[in-house]
Amino acid sequence: MGFIRALKGDTGGQIMLFLLGLVAIVVPILNLWVPASSPWYLSTYTVTLLGKYLTYALLAVAVDLVWGYLGILSLGHGAFFALGGYAMGMYLMRQIGERGVYGNPELPDFMVFLDWSELPWFWYGFDQFWFAALMVVLVPGLLAFVFGWLAFRSRVTGVYLSIITQALTYALMLAFFRNEMGFGGNNGLTDFKDILGFDLRSDGTRIGLFLASAAALALGYLACRFVVSSRLGRVAVAIRDAEARVRFLGYRVERVKLWIFSFSAALAGVAGALYVPQVGIINPGEFAPLNSIELVIWVAIGGRFTLYGAVLGAILVNYAKTYFTGVMPEAWLFALGGLFVLVTLLLPKGIVGLFARRKRSTAQPADVTP
Amino acid sequence: MKALRQIQKAMRRDRQFGLMHSARDMAPDVSHGELLYLEDLNLSFDGFKAIDDLSFYLEAGELRCVIGPNGAGKTTMMDIITGKTRPDSGSASFGLNIDLLELSESEIAEIGIGRKFQKPTVFECHRVIENLELAMAGDKRVFPTLFAKLTGEQRDRIDDVLGIIGLTEHAYRDAGALSHGQKQWLEIGMLLMQDPLLLLVDEPVAGMTHQEMDRTAELLRSLAGNHSVVVVEHDMEFVRAIAKRVTVLHRGRVLAEGTMDQIQNDPKVIEVYLGE
Ligand SMILES: Nc1ncnc2c1ncn2[C@@H]1O[C@H](COP(=O)(O)OP(=O)(O)O)[C@@H](O)[C@H]1O
Ligand SMILES: [Mg+2]
Repeated sequence: MGFIRALKGDTGGQIMLFLLGLVAIVVPILNLWVPASSPWYLSTYTVTLLGKYLTYALLAVAVDLVWGYLGILSLGHGAFFALGGYAMGMYLMRQIGERGVYGNPELPDFMVFLDWSELPWFWYGFDQFWFAALMVVLVPGLLAFVFGWLAFRSRVTGVYLSIITQALTYALMLAFFRNEMGFGGNNGLTDFKDILGFDLRSDGTRIGLFLASAAALALGYLACRFVVSSRLGRVAVAIRDAEARVRFLGYRVERVKLWIFSFSAALAGVAGALYVPQVGIINPGEFAPLNSIELVIWVAIGGRFTLYGAVLGAILVNYAKTYFTGVMPEAWLFALGGLFVLVTLLLPKGIVGLFARRKRSTAQPADVTP
Repeated sequence: MKALRQIQKAMRRDRQFGLMHSARDMAPDVSHGELLYLEDLNLSFDGFKAIDDLSFYLEAGELRCVIGPNGAGKTTMMDIITGKTRPDSGSASFGLNIDLLELSESEIAEIGIGRKFQKPTVFECHRVIENLELAMAGDKRVFPTLFAKLTGEQRDRIDDVLGIIGLTEHAYRDAGALSHGQKQWLEIGMLLMQDPLLLLVDEPVAGMTHQEMDRTAELLRSLAGNHSVVVVEHDMEFVRAIAKRVTVLHRGRVLAEGTMDQIQNDPKVIEVYLGE
């Protein structure tokens, strides 16, 4: 099993996945089987919050894959996350059916409100879960593929690439704000009722979504580990450090970038798709350029180039965010900025850098032996 | 006339690529003895002629040294051969049949031209052995690389090269931790892993101790025959130790060519270079 072997030598990842498994067992028990009066009871609100953190963690892993291992500082991954979210949102919208305010069995409320008489072509198929699930991966993946094809082929790198990824997410935000686009304008998609026939407000469904997020994080992590511990992963790091040299070795640098970038975008899409049913809404605000910057900060704080550091960073920072925005909402951005500066100055390898001795000085060639 | 040339070019391209799947499948035609033909190359940077009507031929299996003062165009010549820089005019071909000016850098690497840069650039984050693994000849497309496994044979090849470059004991160290000289050897090792027909080696002994230089000379000599090698070097003692034929470049053109003795007695060469 290549995926399991990919964890060899990855102590941090093993610990992370162990804890994730533990949480996936304990949380349902505390929520479903402990009586609400007990101090051990975990509210459904908290379960949903945790599920949301897990989708953020998956998003952060996707970012670390391209940033930490390939050297592409994408400031547009929020866009791929949001597109995955919209694809799922469209499915959830179609599931509402006649239960909308206007009771139209075909058209979502906002279309009735806009006086549209029929479903736009790009909404076709989204009443089928399998189709929506496919789009969750395909739409962000294809966008990244086209974007990357243009950018990498003309050898746009470094800060310029970061800037155009920001432009990408900004442009999408503006587009999705428009009512004529057919995605609900600035209200976005919301008022979801159920998913695959399960009521979204029931505790059981919430737990199901939480577990799905945990599973997606675990699988996404393993897939990324598989990539970075393969020879292709070593080529990626080589590209990060000395791109021209890799080219002279005969590797098609552009294509390596293109595939890893697209894979990462698809992964971000999956994270977005799991996020939306848990928070109950998706709107163009998710495309905000600031979002994409924030998630790069999670990775930096957790520690890039480890993958599990990204998970830790995403969860810690978002926990802090939940806490702060409850206590003093104005201070959050300053706190985040301050944290980022502190970590960059004091802990260039992020929080995990505190614990990680370099495993590589050990004599065993974990990834090279046949 | 120009149109005719265009058509000829297009047809030749056709012959090369029409039936071939990739550059990897192309072999240079050395039936005339020469492996590399550079003819009438010109290149200027903002009006400055870095390469000026340069012609250069290399026989298959030859070890050639290229010397010349700083700024003579030695590195630029290698840039042109490897596709890093395109000339303004002239032609460059690998064997009789492969037009280098129509191939990309990675295609040129695939057909068997390997290069060691002036400044050693090894992948510092990777172990020595991983550096060699990445350089190894083979299918370098994305998905084959993702699922690649080292075969026993490839592992043996890596061990051989580690022996040749004298880094067997350092196989599992990060390349970033090597000394300057060791990095140079690792680079040469990476070249060997590519199993190239032609090796271009830019200033291999810069910054080396005498001992290291001797080892490097031995190494390069042992490569000639199986490979064609072009070495650019400043150090005369070193050139004398390895070369049979020497080409002197000056201001982007060939000033003289011959054995080391002929070169050292050539008045033109003495004037611009050795006499300094
Ligand atoms: N990319 C470039 N842009 C402008 N000038 C260049 C460039 N590359 C090389 N040159 C100039 O071309 C001349 C030849 O350089 P080079 O081939 O590096 O010489 P050397 O023989 O020392 O290797 C030098 O004068 C150098 O300044
Ligand atoms: Mg030079």
